[in-house]
Amino acid sequence: MAINWFKYSAPTTFYGLAGKLIPWFAFSSAILFVVGLYIGFAVAPADYQQGEFYRIIFIHVPSSILSMFLYLVMAGYAALGLIFNTRLSAMMATAIAPTGALFAFISLWTGALWGKPMWGAWWVWDARLTSELILLFLYLGFIALHASIDDPRRADRASALLAIVGSVNVPIIYFSVQWWNTLHQGSTIKFSGTSMHVAMQQAMFITLAACWLYAIAVVLARVRSIILERERNTTWITELPEVRS
Amino acid sequence: MSGLDIWMRENPLAYVWLGSYAVAFFIFTIEIAMVRHKRKITLQQVRLMREAEDEARDDKFGGND
Amino acid sequence: MMVNGHDGQTGMKKTTLLGLLALVIRRDLVLAMRRRADVLTTLIFFVMVVSLFPLGVGPEMDMLRKMAAGVLWVAALLSSMLSLGRLFSADYLDGTLEQMMLAPQSLSMLVLGKMTAHWMVSGLPLVLMAPVLGLQFDMPVQALGVLIIGLLLGTPVLSMVGAIGAALTLGLRGGGVLLSLLVLPLCIPVLIFGTGAVEAVSTGLSAASHLSLLGALLVLALVFTPWVTAQALRISME
Repeated sequence: MAINWFKYSAPTTFYGLAGKLIPWFAFSSAILFVVGLYIGFAVAPADYQQGEFYRIIFIHVPSSILSMFLYLVMAGYAALGLIFNTRLSAMMATAIAPTGALFAFISLWTGALWGKPMWGAWWVWDARLTSELILLFLYLGFIALHASIDDPRRADRASALLAIVGSVNVPIIYFSVQWWNTLHQGSTIKFSGTSMHVAMQQAMFITLAACWLYAIAVVLARVRSIILERERNTTWITELPEVRS
Repeated sequence: MSGLDIWMRENPLAYVWLGSYAVAFFIFTIEIAMVRHKRKITLQQVRLMREAEDEARDDKFGGND
Repeated sequence: MMVNGHDGQTGMKKTTLLGLLALVIRRDLVLAMRRRADVLTTLIFFVMVVSLFPLGVGPEMDMLRKMAAGVLWVAALLSSMLSLGRLFSADYLDGTLEQMMLAPQSLSMLVLGKMTAHWMVSGLPLVLMAPVLGLQFDMPVQALGVLIIGLLLGTPVLSMVGAIGAALTLGLRGGGVLLSLLVLPLCIPVLIFGTGAVEAVSTGLSAASHLSLLGALLVLALVFTPWVTAQALRISME
């Protein structure tokens, strides 16, 4: 039994640690959302060009940043899992994917809602929107591949390889979409990003932090379930208080 | 379409809140609910397995695992 | 002819890397020639999809001329997805793939051979067919030439990137749809540069930059995808 315990020590300690951390991340995320949105809506003035509509930025930009960042983190964990054969990293990659996909979706949705009053159309084939859509496809591919393989080890390794290939492809895709967009000159509207009011910036950074903490909390909660599921045959799981009760 | 356009121009804040933030927070809520549900189901499964194992051990002394 | 796995194994022992490549290509081509229907189906699918577009959007020649390159490229993308499922599955089912992985020769090289054969069977016919279909869309000759060069450079990339997906989804239920879901987003740059080249020519610009980017993608794919596909096969087979 001692060997067993050592073999699974990483997920064991992590399971407990994650359980203790989740409430803190969730709580601070909620606080930061309230503070960020208060500054964003009550303190920051209306934009002289876009009026009140620009206030979508406080959810749109954080979710775009996070959807891209989470893909890289996911691919990083996937690479760690593939190279060093650590099982916790593969579980983390699996746990990150749904959250990343949801952030990509939120980013697309809020982008469309921003586009309607600004560009007069729900969807514009803008380079950033298009790349975000492709990113969502990449997430969905990862999730679908993982879901369709029954053997968890093969599922982890196959989807890890896909995530790495995808992350190598992301810069190429982004560059080619940018190229394609400038070639077609569909939309040349730029946001007045440089002349942002200080309060706008503050609000955006605070909601970015809030989204970030939210993502950490949800991913940790999800990875705890995955650990439980994968390690259910081990002794330490059967000795957990929540399993015993 | 134009009806929505007019409404949007007249109530920009309502448009922003209902269209973006309400949807985003709704998605967050669904995700949280899904994560909690998954935890509940997994815990149930693990408990069931443990009970089954305990019974098996009672039946046959010295079962491994 | 090295058609079955055991003959291939003993034959490969004394071959150089290029010899090995030629051997695998020849073997796969022979196998493909025995199942000509499969090759033809892909080609017919390609022709059909392209012919459906005018029926869908109307026969105005100006519009058709404008969208010809895009239609041909998307159709090529879709039909190369169709045949990808067969890339490894036959060898997987009859055990040849396992033999190949046990062989002392580099698996990447074997995979490269299979990719090349796949392209010759499913990509090259599309490239040869494309001018005829282009004429249906009233494409000017110059644009047709660029389209062919683009397809020549781009379809191998589709086969190679697709091979990764084929290796990852080996033996899975619903593998075909899943394969497209995985591979299509990765193929978007090829589509963009391929159609961009034609568009550049038809607006009077040079297509050189697009074509050289396509070439760069081809070189990148040649360097990395055989190795990645070999890793994917190892993951799927263990």
